[in-house]
Amino acid sequence: MGTGREGNEVMGTATVEPGIESRVHYLNASYGIKSWLLTTDHKRIAMLYLASITFFFFVGGSAAVLMRLNLISPQGALLEPETYNKLFSMHGIIMVFLFMIPSIPAVLGNFLVPLMIGARDLAFPRLNLLSWYVFVVGGCFTLYAVIAGGVDTGWTFYTPLSTTYANTNVISAALGVFIAGFSSILTGLNFIVTIHKMRAPGLTWFRLPLFIWAIYSTSVIQILGTPVLAITIVLVALERLIHVGVFDPAVGGDPILFQHLFWFYSHPAVYIMILPSMGVMSELVTAFSKKRIFGYSFIAFSSVAIAAISFLVWGHHMFVAGQSVYAGIVFSALSFAVAIPSAIKVFNWTATLYKGSVSYQAPMLYAIGFIGLFTMGGLTGLFLATLAVDAHVHGTYFVVGHFHYIMVGGAVMGYLGGIHYWWPKITGRMYPDGWARLSAAIIFIGFNLTFFPQYMLGYLGMPRRYAVYAPEFQVLNVMSSAGASILGVGYLIPLVYMVWSMRYGPVAGPNPWGAKGLEWQTPSPPPTENFEETPIVTEEAYAYGSEETQVA
Amino acid sequence: MHSSTAALAEQFDDLEQQHEASSLGMWIFLATEVMFFGGLFTAYILFRNFYLPAFEAGSRLLDVRIGAFNTAVLLCSSLTMALAVRAAQLGKKGLLITFLLLTLLLGMTFVGVKLALEWRHDYLEGFVPGVNWTFHGPDSRHLELFFCFYFFLTGIHALHMVIGVGILTVLIIMAGRGRFSPQRYNAVEVSGLYWHFVDIVWIFLYPLLYLIGGRY
Amino acid sequence: MWQGFPIRPDQASTIARGVDHLYYFLTAVDLFFTALIFLAVFYFAVRYRRRSEQAQATQVEGSLPLEVLWTIIPLGICAFTFLWGSSLFIRNSRPPEASTEIFVVGKQWMWKLQHPEGPMEINELHVPVGRPIKLTMTSEDVIHNFYVPAFRVQKDVVPGMYTSIWFQATKTGRFHFFCNQYCGTNHAVMGGYVIVMSPDDYEQWLSGGIRGESMVSAGAKLYEQLACITCHGTGKGPPFVDLFGRPVKLTDGTTVIADEAYIRESILYPSAKIVAGYQPLMPTYKGQVTEEQILQLLAYIKSLSSGGGKVTKQWEREGKATR
Repeated sequence: MGTGREGNEVMGTATVEPGIESRVHYLNASYGIKSWLLTTDHKRIAMLYLASITFFFFVGGSAAVLMRLNLISPQGALLEPETYNKLFSMHGIIMVFLFMIPSIPAVLGNFLVPLMIGARDLAFPRLNLLSWYVFVVGGCFTLYAVIAGGVDTGWTFYTPLSTTYANTNVISAALGVFIAGFSSILTGLNFIVTIHKMRAPGLTWFRLPLFIWAIYSTSVIQILGTPVLAITIVLVALERLIHVGVFDPAVGGDPILFQHLFWFYSHPAVYIMILPSMGVMSELVTAFSKKRIFGYSFIAFSSVAIAAISFLVWGHHMFVAGQSVYAGIVFSALSFAVAIPSAIKVFNWTATLYKGSVSYQAPMLYAIGFIGLFTMGGLTGLFLATLAVDAHVHGTYFVVGHFHYIMVGGAVMGYLGGIHYWWPKITGRMYPDGWARLSAAIIFIGFNLTFFPQYMLGYLGMPRRYAVYAPEFQVLNVMSSAGASILGVGYLIPLVYMVWSMRYGPVAGPNPWGAKGLEWQTPSPPPTENFEETPIVTEEAYAYGSEETQVA
Repeated sequence: MHSSTAALAEQFDDLEQQHEASSLGMWIFLATEVMFFGGLFTAYILFRNFYLPAFEAGSRLLDVRIGAFNTAVLLCSSLTMALAVRAAQLGKKGLLITFLLLTLLLGMTFVGVKLALEWRHDYLEGFVPGVNWTFHGPDSRHLELFFCFYFFLTGIHALHMVIGVGILTVLIIMAGRGRFSPQRYNAVEVSGLYWHFVDIVWIFLYPLLYLIGGRY
Repeated sequence: MWQGFPIRPDQASTIARGVDHLYYFLTAVDLFFTALIFLAVFYFAVRYRRRSEQAQATQVEGSLPLEVLWTIIPLGICAFTFLWGSSLFIRNSRPPEASTEIFVVGKQWMWKLQHPEGPMEINELHVPVGRPIKLTMTSEDVIHNFYVPAFRVQKDVVPGMYTSIWFQATKTGRFHFFCNQYCGTNHAVMGGYVIVMSPDDYEQWLSGGIRGESMVSAGAKLYEQLACITCHGTGKGPPFVDLFGRPVKLTDGTTVIADEAYIRESILYPSAKIVAGYQPLMPTYKGQVTEEQILQLLAYIKSLSSGGGKVTKQWEREGKATR
């Protein structure tokens, strides 16, 4: 990427365009691999993360493609059950821990948080670099587990299967997750301190962009929840090594204790995965309808509410685990409660479009897709919170459909929308919007074809994590697999044109969208120190309509 | 060379902001540690509830006096640490180094006693799960679980102590080079926070592991 | 329901229709709001599309009444759904008093289903239509899950404890059951069929075929073979008559109910709970009895209580991890 190429263009004359090459910015301020691997610039670190998580996305995605190909036939078209089991486990582990959890915070958050609050960098730049290295080490352990033959416990590592009966690479995979977790904690810590202490003059809490509120809430979950996962994983590894009897009932342990400890983190974790995307939504709907956000404080407080309540609902993963009916009722009620703030956000985003001046570039298409798909997927969460229905659909493809609607139809679309929206700021170049809109449409169609049939499969009774299945489920499975191939193509296209645009895309000015926000007040790409002078904030967030916003 | 401006990191506007940011950062880090140890404590308390006789028996096998000695050592080290922070605030370099050294020595005493006296004794008696567990009896599995928690909890705590000792070493070197002043002693202060936290964890560990063996 | 394109499994149990109705309601809510939001977004996006570069938006201040409205309405729908779902769930969790109890042991990768009258099945479960059946289940190794989609019922099958479900089939036929908790390599083939028969056919099936002993009589034999009788029949250990389902006072002063979990724990970990007035003399039978044999002993002990042993409540955490 930026290892000297832009610098060479400064030397050449053939493709010089005004603006980008004659100016020093974070990409060309220094050259060479050391300047990237030892950088403390939050923007470069964001790019390091972008490269790593994109790699892991495609690894995890390949696993999914193989899985869906296998499921074309009820007897398994392609794979032995053991291989299939390893693939779904690796798909889950890689997608959850090495893609979704870091994605928006580590890429967009790292890049944008200082810019959006008018700071020169995060509070702890070297800690930021360390957290990338920790992430990479965690990723390497996980990759090792893949290469050494895989792990087949599922990403949920239920005991005593994982501690005693599995004969695959449990410890290395678990260690990979353990280490990557520290990356998450350090990033969260950095964001919280930065947002508290380094806002520009005049930038009060209620003038912050809602993306910052979302990142802040996410960071709180990261720092409080991840340590519990850490000790749970260590206990599993310990048990696997010396069989003491923490989780294996054959030696006196309690397998349900594992589930409580695991889900105490892993439920808040899903909010780590969706909240940042919701933050992106608030940025996109305002920018592409040139309107103030409808209900600013409601959206801000709903992020905090979601973070708080998310710690109280973990038992809804255990309604049929042997938990008492009392506990089930309490967790069910709280799970309904956590849905309300999300609903409030959806209504407020929709209302933001009212009487706006709406344009349909790719980021807005992704935003519209998110709002609809998240609504559908979020509401299927209500099915699962409803005890009597969960008793039927728990563990089936209904659950798989639910979380993919939120994570893929929601979070990933939000991530792609954000990447497209801030791409000119990050690279100084514009991507080709025609191709981007086409990909967004392909992704939308492929996504729905893949995952809507899964709701139906689930209610019909097809269990998840099945390498082979009863023949009556075949039609819906074939539909789902067809959708998956379309979805895969949809994800590959942006890879091509985004990379292309870094070299050949038209040069972008500081504010190609005419959007509000401090990040658009500085050149594209920004200089290393972000701003020539620390900005002073006098307006609320998204103060559209207060003056003509120049498209520059 | 060690003027205030040279001490200010690029991303901060002024020393006060830098100071506040690093303190807040340490508090948040300690919050994550609370969750980390808290999860372990929860699991320990649950299992103690399931297997009370075995856990009480295990507790009685620990040496309360050595534990008490170590508790006193740590409490004193927190005192010397607080005095070190005070000395830094007042710009008293000699006193600062003295108190940091004392804290370091007390910390090393703690770790030394734990390793050389307690753990070595447990090893010789055959109380180390997974290594040389040799206890046989009706409740030996649950006793083994107790010792698993014992070694894990005190081991993680000792690891934090060792890291603390490392931090103190760095602080002593920095203090020796005159890096601290009344305007700039934040590193000592946040290290003090960390040290006090590790002490507090021990204050919980000691009674929960050593004192509730049903002997009082 | 279209024959060619089903949206739900067979409704083959008493609770199936109730669950389906709740599901249809939720589906309607989901589709309604999804459509509402999508249509609103599309409408606004088209109606307010940017017609020129200089086009201005009309800034709209927020609206507290609207915020309240779209908080209260979802809250109301959630509360309604929660109450409906919980009450249905509570009702569906209580097995009727007169349920026939069948014992299930899951292991990698097969199911063993033991009828109290004796027959033992592998990966198949014959039951009579129209009668409540309670399945008491445990695992020999990892966590499994017994799931019958047509009955809308499932529960994790956990090693070290008993979990249970109940159902009453409403029509005859063959209905799939699946293992629904990932349990290793052959998880996907660990299933079979529930075969619901008319009461007469069921009686015939019970008495024909592989005739094993009834569980009670097998348990009675074990009681002697394993020498339980030497203490529990002589006063050295607490007697079993009228024990099951009754409270038991322990040496530490606490009182527990002698349920399935208690009996299992007493067999495998006798020193965990000592009955008041007795010495801790009992040796452990861990490693000497299989899960099936424990179930047979349980059946025997239950038979010694007047009323044949009541069906235990599911309100406490099921089976309380017995280890």
